[in-house]
Amino acid sequence: MADLKMRIAKRAAKEIHNGDVVNLGIGLPTMIPKFVPEDIHVTIHSENGFAGLGAAVEHEAHIDTDIIDSSGSYVTTAPHVKHFDSADSFGIIRGGHVDATILGAMEVAENGDIANWIIPGGKVAGMGGAMDLVVGAKKVIVAMIHTQKGKPKIVERCALPLTAEKCVNMIITEMGVMEIRPEGVVVTELHPDYTKEDIQNATACKLIFAPDLKVMEEE
Amino acid sequence: MAINKVITADEAVAGVEDGMTIMVGGFLATGSPEILMDALVRKGVKHLTVIANDGGLAEGQPAIGPGKTARGVGKLLENHMVDHIIASHLGVNPRLNEQFAAGTLTYTLVPQGTLAEKIRASAYGLGGVITPTGVGTPMEFEKDELGRDKITIEIDGKKYLLERPLHADYAFVRASVCDHFGNFMCRKTTKNFNYPMAGAADHTIVAAEQVVNVGEVDPDMFDISGVLVDYVVEGEPKWQI
Repeated sequence: MADLKMRIAKRAAKEIHNGDVVNLGIGLPTMIPKFVPEDIHVTIHSENGFAGLGAAVEHEAHIDTDIIDSSGSYVTTAPHVKHFDSADSFGIIRGGHVDATILGAMEVAENGDIANWIIPGGKVAGMGGAMDLVVGAKKVIVAMIHTQKGKPKIVERCALPLTAEKCVNMIITEMGVMEIRPEGVVVTELHPDYTKEDIQNATACKLIFAPDLKVMEEE
Repeated sequence: MAINKVITADEAVAGVEDGMTIMVGGFLATGSPEILMDALVRKGVKHLTVIANDGGLAEGQPAIGPGKTARGVGKLLENHMVDHIIASHLGVNPRLNEQFAAGTLTYTLVPQGTLAEKIRASAYGLGGVITPTGVGTPMEFEKDELGRDKITIEIDGKKYLLERPLHADYAFVRASVCDHFGNFMCRKTTKNFNYPMAGAADHTIVAAEQVVNVGEVDPDMFDISGVLVDYVVEGEPKWQI
């Protein structure tokens, strides 16, 4: 599973372009920065209050307790960092100044609806900044394992309460890369470990295979 | 000569009564005014409604270490002083779900950006905020923090939610540096909800790490005007790991 997540993170890193501002969700997306080439300059936005996330703090002596990321971990910042309050931070998000948000999901529907914040009857967690991020970011990329232990997560309609409607642009899984287009979910890359039938069988909506279907990088 | 707003933490919370609504700055307790939370615990007020991003941290959580006391709103939860919490994230402090399950605490979830703007709208005199966030989600279909239906508005063919302002009896915020008049600034990621909450309540109290005389530092250093601040409390400690 760790290798599959690495494959997904590595592919997602290719969606980051020079000069982009990106916001990364918890879990798998936090693995992405290490796969971004050094000549690609990326500004990572952390919704609790800054643009310009650096690396994790390696030694306790270097911790500045006034700097945490949105998961509450102590972090360092990039030289061009700017800190701001929560209203400004979400203004930057809703205002379309974040080029891409890359995050996980429980369900994605073929029309781009996403559900990733609550399972009714489970523990109460809350949406945090997720609803603002998927509505505001210019591009919404879901990076996730294709199924939940075999149960499809890419579906015709989400059964779970939505995080937002019609906002997902791209889905990257261990099986392939999909784009949400007006005609539906279009597979643009397929990983060589899987056939068209495999990816369709792991998906609960009809997949369209791009005429120029590419091979997802082997890993 | 500007007035001096410095008082003690106990004086600052003297007017807080059972059943009041308070706002508390901070994000997972980073930037929360600890000495004001301590003063509220000493006073022992109950049945509070708390407006905050989250429930702070519980006693001994990994982020603060075993045996360490709770932080931020966590102190109020640890002492069962809260009846209702209005927040964007309630998954970190385990006291929250324990008290939801026990039926002693209820909650209203608000998306983080909407929460900040609802608070800011109250401080800066707006009748509400029109946001695309939450359209098509339970935020559109569920009642708000006061049991009111949500209002949707269509502008130029796009649907928005009208979110009403959030006002409190008291706003408790934390500053890194504050002068005697209440002009203040917060370092790095401690700004979070402390800036929008200043002025969003009948009484705004700032707990500061460092209190300086008026004119002692360049006014450009401050981000928030003391006009929004009623009282200043000295002695907020630096966060200890």
